[in-house]
Amino acid sequence: MTVRARMARQPEWRRRVGRIVGHGDRPFSALIVMATLAVLAIVATIGYELWRNSALARAAYGWPFLWTTTWDPVFQRFGALPFILGTLQTSLLALLLAVPVSLGIAIFLSELAPAWLRAPLGFLVELLAAVPSVIYGLWGLYVLIPTIVQPTATILNRGLGFLPLFTGPVYGPSRLAASLILAIMITPTISAVSRDVFRAIPQSQREASLALGATQWETIWRVLIPYGLSGILGAVILGLGRALGETMAVTMVIGNNLDLTPSLLHPGYTMASIIVNEFTEATYDLYLHALVEIGLILFVLTLLLNLLARLLVWSVARRVPQEVRA
Amino acid sequence: MTALAQGDEKTMLAGAANRMQVLNLSVYYGAFRALADIDLDVLEHRITAIIGPSGCGKSTLLRALNRLNDLIPNARVTGQVMLDGQDLYAPGVDVVDVRRQVGMVFQRANPFPKSIYDNVAYGPRLYGLHGKRELDTIVERSLGQAALWDEVKDLLPKSALALSGGQQQRLCIARALAVEPEVILMDEPASALDPIATLKIEDLMRQLIREYTIVVVTHNMQQAARVSDYTAFLLMDETRAGKLIEYGPSRELFTNPKDKRTEDYITGRFG
Amino acid sequence: MSVAVHARSRRRYQLRRVTNAVMLGLTGLATVVAVLPLLWIVAYVSREGGRFLSLDFFTRLPTPVGVPGGGVSNAIVGSAILVGLACLFAIPPGILAAIYAAAHPNTPLGVALRFGTDVLSGVPSIVIGIFAYTVVVLPQRHFSALAGGVALAVIMLPIIVRTTEEMLKLVPVNLREASLSLGAPEWKTTLRVVLPAALDGVITGVMLGIARVAGEAAPLMLTAFGNPVLSVDITEPIAALPHTIFVYAIAPYKDWHDKAWTTALVLIALVLALNVAARLLVGWRRRRLGG
Repeated sequence: MTVRARMARQPEWRRRVGRIVGHGDRPFSALIVMATLAVLAIVATIGYELWRNSALARAAYGWPFLWTTTWDPVFQRFGALPFILGTLQTSLLALLLAVPVSLGIAIFLSELAPAWLRAPLGFLVELLAAVPSVIYGLWGLYVLIPTIVQPTATILNRGLGFLPLFTGPVYGPSRLAASLILAIMITPTISAVSRDVFRAIPQSQREASLALGATQWETIWRVLIPYGLSGILGAVILGLGRALGETMAVTMVIGNNLDLTPSLLHPGYTMASIIVNEFTEATYDLYLHALVEIGLILFVLTLLLNLLARLLVWSVARRVPQEVRA
Repeated sequence: MTALAQGDEKTMLAGAANRMQVLNLSVYYGAFRALADIDLDVLEHRITAIIGPSGCGKSTLLRALNRLNDLIPNARVTGQVMLDGQDLYAPGVDVVDVRRQVGMVFQRANPFPKSIYDNVAYGPRLYGLHGKRELDTIVERSLGQAALWDEVKDLLPKSALALSGGQQQRLCIARALAVEPEVILMDEPASALDPIATLKIEDLMRQLIREYTIVVVTHNMQQAARVSDYTAFLLMDETRAGKLIEYGPSRELFTNPKDKRTEDYITGRFG
Repeated sequence: MSVAVHARSRRRYQLRRVTNAVMLGLTGLATVVAVLPLLWIVAYVSREGGRFLSLDFFTRLPTPVGVPGGGVSNAIVGSAILVGLACLFAIPPGILAAIYAAAHPNTPLGVALRFGTDVLSGVPSIVIGIFAYTVVVLPQRHFSALAGGVALAVIMLPIIVRTTEEMLKLVPVNLREASLSLGAPEWKTTLRVVLPAALDGVITGVMLGIARVAGEAAPLMLTAFGNPVLSVDITEPIAALPHTIFVYAIAPYKDWHDKAWTTALVLIALVLALNVAARLLVGWRRRRLGG
């Protein structure tokens, strides 16, 4: 039996059906379009469900929810400010600690490290992101806090205790601990994206600077970083987004305390932590809706930050002329 | 010219049927016209070569013959391409079937990352041939027609990527032959190969036309002169659209071209 | 005048050179500092966790407080079931959507998909847990492995879509053309030529997705909820390794802390092994295609 013979023997109806369904292309196209729509539907549904299931709280408190400081499930008064502040404080401090280190890594791996070292070291940095959050929390709670955080906090308190940021008493679990753990956890994100940014900068920029007699550091600091600044900013924002949503590690080392003191050495509370701690205890609807509303705030915040970051990272890539460094 | 080609001279101009006809074909990519008003005949059991300087639209013309241009967004075609009297571009024509009837061999050999056997059997399996004996027969026959059987008959389960460049190209030819096309299109099939492999391909082409019809695009004029029975010469006009300057039996075109531009090109005055 | 200028320049030049060396050295230091926690964690978890690691740990159920021994078989089975559910829900639609995105990158739907997966990958996992709670737990009125599986699937989905799309795009276009020119329809070309050529890349994406969701605890707190006994019923709450670690770690009992370390050792070994295997697969594939 040959192909020609087989095709000749095909009955006409089969040939016609084959043409109509495009030999299977049309049903398959429909299938993949449906899958795509399903993915988009999931994204939309998340937003929708968050909105719907926070209705009671939004109706009860409106915008003031964002700056009310009481969180009292017993007397049914809810406000998100302690958690918003806690989240912002720990995330921003984490950024402050992580950005120089991450940039340093990105510079080292993309500009300085010899080729044989780049892949293994880069892989190790990426592995930092693979460690589950709950293990960071476990290690943070029983290793990092006693060996590093507490001594550091004591020193900071003794030396700078007059500042509201470092007033005592010194606890173990604290916002400082949370910030430190977060900094470790977001470093791989910021450094990976920054590395990509540096890789996208044309080689001719480096050559131009070095040919004028600049040192390598001067080239990096005065040429490469300004050139890639929007991309690096995007990397930082992506890191911030990750820090905002980090749950387990933060919950385990932050102490989960509602006090509104500004001190870093004091335990605190974040949006993610209150959700994970109290969600299954929410015994009545308003309580649940208040927690979902906090989830909604987190969703919107990370959504906006993510979009901003993508735009910034794109803008570096688009500026690149034909030649790109491999 | 190879010995084989010289011997075929006798049959060359004996009445050959017209297998494919290109009538007033223009190909547009969006607003840009890549080919303008091409008229061409492809005669059965002959090799028709398309030559011309780079960028003149040779590949575009070739790909219009099996509707592979359809893959490019914004590609549009006016005119007709007839295969055995049927316009391939008529509405309602089954593209998939067209492509089985008009097969293609590409410039760089592109075997699938599968075994040699599975590469050749891929096409027949598409058409519902699954029996081991049937497939074995087809695979052997196709590889034989591609002058590759003796070299790979003990290597069938091995990966196709382990073959040399010339062997991979002959494998791609075998793969195309396995679905028994009416016409075989070849887009610079030997341009990525060394001279010895090239000669093997050219000999293969002359043998294949006993059963098949071939259209070949080549930038190598000596190859066109050696191998083909008819040649079409394309050139870009001022609007960068490819136009057919001259078409005729190869021997005449290369020794006594009718158009001065053809003469300039084949004598190397440009291109 | 020129000598003075020259001398002053020389001092300045020295300063620049020193700055250069110091700053570049700092970047190397930064890299070491960053990698240190990883090594520290792995070493500590191995030491603390290894102390009570035994075959029993994998096969026995947890014992009540104060009773020594026992294991986390419920969590191991639970994690396996949850990851299995996540794969079941996320991989088919993920691959299909990626096929669409790779084939039609510039259509409105294709752009929307890329945008949607970006958004999805940035949503905190706790928020995804809330989502799974509202769509599965609330209607069913109880926690379940199914809800946990849904949450993990949503987390896994963007990873699968993005990796598969990238891998499909890397398949050379002439393979596709070769198949089409033999008279194969598009869908057969995709399924029989393009996807198999991209397969090990896709598998890498799946492995990384599994590594990611195997370690997620936050969404499970709101959906799967944990279970002290071994359960394979997906309509019931179910235990999981990361969830168990959390419960043990914050409990006031010392022996539970020990168990937390041992469970952490099991989890981190699994996750790191998957990551390393995925990396090796990428390297193998690059060598294979080069040859």
